Amino acid sequence: MSGPDATRLRAYHGPVWNEPVVMELGHPGRRGQIFPAPEREVAEEVGGVADLVLAAMRRRQPPALPELTEPEVQRHYLHLSQETLGMMGISLFGTCTMKYNARVSEAVAQRPELAEVHPYQHEDTLQGILAILHGFDRILCELSGMDQFIFQAGGGADASYTHAVVTRAYHQARGELEQRNEVITSIQAHPCNAATAAAAGFKVVTLSLEEGGYPSVEQLKSVVSERTAALFINNPDDMGIYNPHIAEWTRIVHEAGGLCFYDHANFNGVMGKIRARELGFDACMYMLHKTFGAPKGGGGPAVGAYGCSAELAPFLPTPVVTRHGERYRLETDRPQSAGKIREFWGNVPQVLKAYAWARAMGAEGIATGSDLSVLANNYMDAKLGRIDGLARSNPDIPGWRMEMTRWSLGPLKEATGIGTMEVANRLADYGIDPYWMSHEPWVVPEPFTPEAGEMYSREDIDTWIAAVAAVCAEARTDPELVRTAPHNQPIKQLVGADLGDPERRAFTWRAFRRKQVERGE
Amino acid sequence: MTEPAPKAHPWMANALPDIRQAMLDEIGAPSVETLFEQIPAEHRLKTPLDLPPPLTSELELRRHLLSLLKRNGDCETNLSFLGAGCWQHHVPAVVDEIVGRTEFLTPVWGSAQSDHGRNQAWFEYASQLGELIDMDAVGLPVYSWGCAAGHAIRMAARIAGRSEVLVPRWLDPERLSVIRSYCEPREMTRHIDVVLVEPDEATGGFDLADLKRKLSARTAAVYLEVPSYLGIIETDPAEIASLARAAGAETIVGADPISLGVLASPGSYGADIVVGPTQPLGVHMNCGGGVGGYMATREDDRYLAEYNGFLVSIARTLEPGQYGFNVANGHQTSYGLREEGKDWTGNSVYLWAIANAVYMSLLGPEGFAEVGRLILARAHYAARRLDELTGVEVSFKSCFFKEFVVNFSCTGMRVAEINDGLRARGIFGGKDISAELPELGAAALYCVTEVHTKDDIDRLVAALKEVIAR
Repeated sequence: MSGPDATRLRAYHGPVWNEPVVMELGHPGRRGQIFPAPEREVAEEVGGVADLVLAAMRRRQPPALPELTEPEVQRHYLHLSQETLGMMGISLFGTCTMKYNARVSEAVAQRPELAEVHPYQHEDTLQGILAILHGFDRILCELSGMDQFIFQAGGGADASYTHAVVTRAYHQARGELEQRNEVITSIQAHPCNAATAAAAGFKVVTLSLEEGGYPSVEQLKSVVSERTAALFINNPDDMGIYNPHIAEWTRIVHEAGGLCFYDHANFNGVMGKIRARELGFDACMYMLHKTFGAPKGGGGPAVGAYGCSAELAPFLPTPVVTRHGERYRLETDRPQSAGKIREFWGNVPQVLKAYAWARAMGAEGIATGSDLSVLANNYMDAKLGRIDGLARSNPDIPGWRMEMTRWSLGPLKEATGIGTMEVANRLADYGIDPYWMSHEPWVVPEPFTPEAGEMYSREDIDTWIAAVAAVCAEARTDPELVRTAPHNQPIKQLVGADLGDPERRAFTWRAFRRKQVERGE
Repeated sequence: MTEPAPKAHPWMANALPDIRQAMLDEIGAPSVETLFEQIPAEHRLKTPLDLPPPLTSELELRRHLLSLLKRNGDCETNLSFLGAGCWQHHVPAVVDEIVGRTEFLTPVWGSAQSDHGRNQAWFEYASQLGELIDMDAVGLPVYSWGCAAGHAIRMAARIAGRSEVLVPRWLDPERLSVIRSYCEPREMTRHIDVVLVEPDEATGGFDLADLKRKLSARTAAVYLEVPSYLGIIETDPAEIASLARAAGAETIVGADPISLGVLASPGSYGADIVVGPTQPLGVHMNCGGGVGGYMATREDDRYLAEYNGFLVSIARTLEPGQYGFNVANGHQTSYGLREEGKDWTGNSVYLWAIANAVYMSLLGPEGFAEVGRLILARAHYAARRLDELTGVEVSFKSCFFKEFVVNFSCTGMRVAEINDGLRARGIFGGKDISAELPELGAAALYCVTEVHTKDDIDRLVAALKEVIAR
């Protein structure tokens, strides 16, 4: 095997531009974009702002925006992009399934045939984009066993909210909504399952983990009742444990009259291996900006693709894309629809990119992707397990994990006082994106959760592991170095206390400047 | 079952047989299949996965995607006057460059130090928007304007301890539908009543008498939009805010930020919570996939404690004189408190926030004044020219920005027919609102922005003249 030694860590250093806040740059009168004046005939006909807007509604003081030339703006934001490590090194950010965001999809999505389309155009002019939405709906139905997908939700959490809204409408139609006011989830489910159910008006019942690494069937039975509206659950969980009784769970909830929602955020390990519907779920969610290769954007735009059975489909937010021969339609006239959870159809460019991923991968690629994800994670487990200071989650559960495993730096913390936050910060100094720790609550102390996925090479994975080992060693030989990390980034460690101090915190420049002046700075 | 022979894949580095085997050997696993031991056999697919054959080359993939997209018409090859929540505005090339940067396009979360650039861009989004709307606390954006309004209404309900919101009856049906979802059905214990306030038939704004009748000790908030769904600039929003305050209610204003170079800022006329669309600030229409919604308030703990989404604060670092930026309120969100958190948050539209920041930096105060003047002038010019056509009347002729209602009742034609005729001439007419607001007649909502030249407008007028003459 040729190439650089995988365990030789890079002497990474992030760009340091000392870039001022944009409000501090420029000069009064500079312009970055000029707009034409209205044509002479237009101006003569209608006049100016004073003629067209009541005095009381005219802007008095111009907004105190910065005044820069176009290249000054360009350079400023290019500098900020350079000061963003993100996925430029190695990012094994667990639960988020880091993978390649194909550039060809970006290029196609930027074309005017998508970027300059208005959703209210006549259907005749939307056949191309509707074909893509429908084609992708069919693919997701094949992957899930569901009957209809929509893409309106702006992320996984929004898809969880979509299910809460569909659940409401379903039980309301049966006159049982007042009675069924409880949603069941687990402590290992994503916080959004609980939060969106609560935001939709439900009481949340949270199951705790037991010996097998998941709540027992008995525990579920003890909380299921005629008040149960729905079950929101993921499988496998973020610690790599797959609940083998999940089909029994859906059976129990159905017997009680509840709906079952499969939060498939962790789909990368099981894609092409299981189908949500075959396990008894009424609905499921896929994250197109994770499993399906659309870019994450540092927090969106995103899509939580929500799919459900034919029985639930009438309650879906509209529009729904349907096909009649060679013709695609946007169905808005669906009398039982729960109502919308967001305007228009969803983040359409992301759907195109996800469709492109699915068409590029095909069934064989998807099977390979899940194989490699699970192989890579268990490979990581074996090597991480040899690092002094680490402990694997669910230590009493032997055997292989799924596509991600949670680890604990608890032993390291006990031995050195250095914990997961410090290690994450120091990893960046090696060009490694600080890892995902854990959702609240931290059932595992000092957690971190890597997820290798199918994109990263064995060498990249070895490098990541070597970096963790190096930082754990530093924690013993030079704890101050790790405690005060990072050292090779655009800035030093933030003074966290400022964020909660009313005298110091500020969410806008104007508030910051006002407080500075008040402090006499 | 033999495993299929894996081939090289441009997106999967370990797909090669020798690497897979080496990794299996390293961990002592006989095969990849054994790694899936946790999944019971009866959970596995009942029927094999039946998907279209893979397009394994970029060449074929690109061709396939383009063959589909080419079936679309778009607003570059056609002349479009569609608006209503998704608008055609000029997107400067520098904005496209910046949001296309892989550094900004692909990251997940990272840390405040290693992703300092992105966090600073977020702070600059909030800072610049704060200047446009005159508010000191601006959160990271949520999914859409309607969602921002929904979260703001829920925020107001919690602050006021009340469960009713007054909204204009003439409100975008998409936003109203989202608001109703967020306000929960009657059966839920924290249901918020959505009460519609009648419009003033003459101006199209709020009927203040009806507003006064409907304001009560039950009202948590009054929600108004300036400009409104129909483009109307409310005559006296300060009075509405004052009435709301007297009743102990919050005033939530929905404001299109591209209007704020020429229109008074919501902060200046008494808004407590400000929401609005972010798409006009440098984001392509993307078939409705460019939408985002901003939320802002005063820097007052009563509001700050109720944000569902993230507030990014400036903070010192260990280096004297140096600053960084990070989320300050994660603990109160769903990430911190699950079902006890404020509503919920998650992936949103944070890349578009960077587009917005770049856009605002490029325009500056003069740019916003210029684009606002241009939109006003061209929209009013278009309205006057359309109003001159026989059988065509602009419904609210005076105080509007960017959008206006055109009533075709006296032509004897339905809007759908008129739009068919226009489309045959390469023009997308305004949104057909005749079914949702029959009281306005055979009406359409026309949108004219800075991208529409006088010639474009004249072309529309000439085409309409032909279409309605038949």
